[in-house]
Parts: sequence; C-alpha cells; structure tokens
Amino acid sequence: MVSENKIKSIIDLSNKMRKVILEVSYKCGQPAHIGGALSIIEILATLYEDILEIDLKNPKDRFILSKGHGFLGLLSILFCKKYISKNEILKFQSDGSELIAHPIVNPKFGIESSNGSLGQGLSFGIGLALSYKKKKKDGKVFVLVGDGECYEGAIWEAAISATESNLNNLCLIVDSNGFQNDGAINEKMMFDHLKDKWTGFGWNMLSCDGHNIGELLEVFSKLSNNKPTVIVAKTIKGKGVSFMENNNDWHHGRLTEKLFQQAINELN
Amino acid sequence: MSQFNEKIARQWSRMGPRAMFGNFMLELAEKHENLMVMSANLGRSSGLDRFKAKYPKKYLDVGISEQNLIGVASGLAKEGFKVFVTSFAPFLSMRASEQIRMNLGYMKLPVNLVALGSGVSMGFLGNSHFGLEDVAVMRTIPGLNISCPADCCEMSKILNDYSLNNRGPSYIRLTGTPGNPIVYKKNYNYKFGEIIRLKKGKDLLILSTGSMVAQSQIACNELTLNKINAELINVHTIKPLDKKVTKLLSKFKNIVTVEEHSIIGGLHSVIAEKIAANSISTNLLPISLPDKFGPTGNYNYLLNYHGLVGDKISKKIIKFLKKK
Repeated sequence: MVSENKIKSIIDLSNKMRKVILEVSYKCGQPAHIGGALSIIEILATLYEDILEIDLKNPKDRFILSKGHGFLGLLSILFCKKYISKNEILKFQSDGSELIAHPIVNPKFGIESSNGSLGQGLSFGIGLALSYKKKKKDGKVFVLVGDGECYEGAIWEAAISATESNLNNLCLIVDSNGFQNDGAINEKMMFDHLKDKWTGFGWNMLSCDGHNIGELLEVFSKLSNNKPTVIVAKTIKGKGVSFMENNNDWHHGRLTEKLFQQAINELN
Repeated sequence: MSQFNEKIARQWSRMGPRAMFGNFMLELAEKHENLMVMSANLGRSSGLDRFKAKYPKKYLDVGISEQNLIGVASGLAKEGFKVFVTSFAPFLSMRASEQIRMNLGYMKLPVNLVALGSGVSMGFLGNSHFGLEDVAVMRTIPGLNISCPADCCEMSKILNDYSLNNRGPSYIRLTGTPGNPIVYKKNYNYKFGEIIRLKKGKDLLILSTGSMVAQSQIACNELTLNKINAELINVHTIKPLDKKVTKLLSKFKNIVTVEEHSIIGGLHSVIAEKIAANSISTNLLPISLPDKFGPTGNYNYLLNYHGLVGDKISKKIIKFLKKK
C-alpha cells in the first residue's frame, strides 16, 4: 500500500513544478511548449521523487526525454531537485542559452541527451540499456515519448529491437495526451489503440492515469522481469491550468502577465 | 602491420574490402574488450560471419532498421563502448542521416560508421545500393570525420587508428571490389588527417581518394609516357582536410580531382571550396561520377563507362591540359 504521505509529497512537487514552468515560460517573454510539458508533470515527479536513483556524477538510472518539446517539464524537475539553479533556469530561451525549447545534453544539469527531432530517444535508450546488460550494471533506463511521436517509424523499429534484446531494464512511458502540433491526434492513435499497438509489439504493456500518483507508483512497481515495459499514460495536455487543458493553442504559446497571474492563482 | 608485404597486399586485394573489413574487426576484437560491431542485418555482406561466430557478445544485429541502428549504437558509445556500425553507404548516410546528425554530430558520440560498397561497386544491385552522394551528405554534419581508404592496407590503418584514438565520430567510406589494384605494397606511415604524396611532380596536381588513388597511379604512368609529370596526392581523410592542401593548391596551375562519387559535394567540391575561399588562380578538372543515376553492370564496366579507369583518366587530363 502506497503511503498517503508519499502521494501528497509528489502532488505538492507536481504543483511546484507547474509553477516553475509557468514562471520560466512567462519570464522568457516568448512562446514556449507549455501544454506538452504540463501533461508529463506527475510522470516526472513520480520518477524523480520515488523511482530513479540519480547521482549526477554517476547516475544509476537514466531518463531520456525523447519528446524533446516537453523540456520545460524536465527543466522544472531538474530545478526542483536543485540540479539547476534559479539563475540558470531563468536563462531559458535567452540568446546563447543552452536551456532552450529542446534538451541539449548537459551532464552537469542531469540532461542525458539532445533531442528535438522526434522518434530518436527510444533507440538511444536501448543502447544505454544494452550497455547496462553488457557491463552487468544495475539500474534502469526510462524513456518518455509522446503519442504523436508514435507516428515516427523509428519508434517501431526500436519497439521491435527492444523486445528482441529482452531488455527488462528498459521502461518506456507514452504520454497519451491526445494532441500533436496541429491539433487532436487521430482516433486510431488514441489511448486504447496505442495500448493495443504496444501489446502487439510484444512489450509488457501497462496503462494508467498519468496524473494519478497512486496509479503511477503502482505501474512503476510492475515492470517486467523478462521484457521491456511500456506504460501508456492517459494524460491531459495543459493539465492544471483550466484555459490550457485540451486547448492546443498552448502546445506552443506565450503567457501574458494577466494569463500568467490567472494560471498561478489557479495553482495556488 | 610489421609483417605486411606485397604478398599480403595481394591476398587482401583478392579478398576485397568487405571481407577484409570483417577480418580487421576480428583483429580489433582481440585488442579491445569493449569493441562492438553492429549491423542492420547485413553482417554476411559485411564479411562478419566469422566475427559473429567468434565474438557473439561483441556483435549485434538490430534487424533491417538503420535509424534504430544509429540510435542503439549511440547509446552504447555513450556508455564507453567502441562501436563500429556497418551498412551499405546510402542506407547509413541517407536513410539514417538525421540520426547521425543528432547523435554523432549534435551529441558528438564517437560511433564509427563503416559504409560498405560505396561508389558504384555494388554493380548489378543498382543505384538503390550505390554510394553516389554519401560524402556530400556526411560532410555537412559538424564534427564528423570522413575517411576513404585507398586500399585494404590503408583501411586496416584507418580502422586501427579510430579504434585506438579518441577521434570522435567517423564515416569510413569503402570503395572497390575484390581484385582492385593495390596502392600500398609495403608498410607506410599513415597519419589521420594528413595527405600522402604518392608521386612528386611539377606539371599538374592530382588529388585522389578511395578506389581512385590506384587508378590515378595508373594514369600518372601514362602521363609520364606523354612527358607530363604529375604530382599525385592521396586524400584519405576528406574531413578534416589537411591544412597543407591550401598551400599545395596555390603551387599548381592545373589541378585534377579524381573520385568515385557524385560531382556534387565530394572531393571536387572540397577542393573547389578551398580554391574559391583562398582566391587561388588555377584550372580545376573534376573527374567523378555525374550528377545522375547512371546504368548498372559489372563494376569494371561501370568504372569504364564513367571514365574512372587509369587510361581514361590520363586521356581526360591530356585533353584538359591542351585546352589551357
């Protein structure tokens, strides 16, 4: 039984992360990928608070953000974990900054890979997971992709590859928020269909409400011992801010002062 | 390499670049505990059957999935493995070019790509399998080294060098087929990034790479018979280009590039860019594959068809010199 305290602390962390995202994107004064960052908050909070063992100099577990445009989400947890300072994070999307719309590999901050071109993180994660096997190294590799990203053919090349190598140290999370750049994704790529696809590719398929900490903790405790696990997480794009939820204008949008205050008030 | 002699050079030439690549990998596997050789289901075509049998743990076939191949190789390289990835030239350089750009370029992960059967050496398999544009595509990726061995001896040196030194990511372009003419009959001093002068001359400069180095040697002999004294340079490292090249270019009034690659983006372009950037006043003749999908046939037929054999190269050069 998961303790109530643990759940509460992850909920609080998630709330804090959302505020960080809003503040950072508001202060940068430019459009930013907010919606798809807000949909992955509970997933990241649960991973970094309870699942991953990460020491920046020698991380046991690894996290790869394949859906690079979710970087504000990753940035918010790296900030909350104090891997990134306030001073650094406020350089987000400023000229010459290394903290931009998509991750740029930076071991100092705990950013494992450069992303932005979709469909590439899973293969990279497979390489890491294979390395762990070869070196008999403990630890797991977690990769997060979007549902729209699953249109990329390279995802399915990797999906086959991971099962052939029996990578039980690999866990993929699919952020099934139902939207991509131009709007809602096709029904055939929605939650239930996605689950069928991953099951069909031979993965240990688990699913959950991607905003329910109790469910997330439970699925992360059920990773397979003999094959890779995929967690298809049903999420809401823009989660936590009423005017952003399921409103794809916030896939990449600019916060005015008024909207920023309104969003922060909702979270308070 | 200390045992290397003409007899061995002939044996290696008879076996051809693909079989010899597999053999050299066997040698490297003995030296490097952390070596990994990867293929997208072209292990047999890459001469890796013996490797696979002897070192199953150092070999990984990811199936016919070149984009995945590059991603997985990059993850292994990130964790410290020395990774050599093989496929046919277009499948690596074009099918997976964006993965190469992100992982090897942007993230600087030191994966070695070995492009087999580049140029037109795939013969009857046709243009789908030819490496016509691979240097052009790979050359634009920042930080990616490009090496084109002139023969199997040089391939051995290049593979060895990449396995021993931290050169960063690389694209190693193999041209030619079994029985190709030999450039190096005895051991020689190879240095990454440094051009090699094979023949000193004063009348013109020939810059050649890969399979065309041997053909250019043949051409030089013919030119000598015509009292033309050519200087011949083996450009085994196309990127980074040896800084000495610029100075060399300014010494000659007539310059010829010879390569088994499209006229766009390969050695010719590299040299033309240097000439333009340094305002060098010289005449430049490109001898290369044309900017089109040509016929298919036996390798020697194709080289003849495109004028990429010694006597045709020398005739083109004589004509070029007469016009000037």
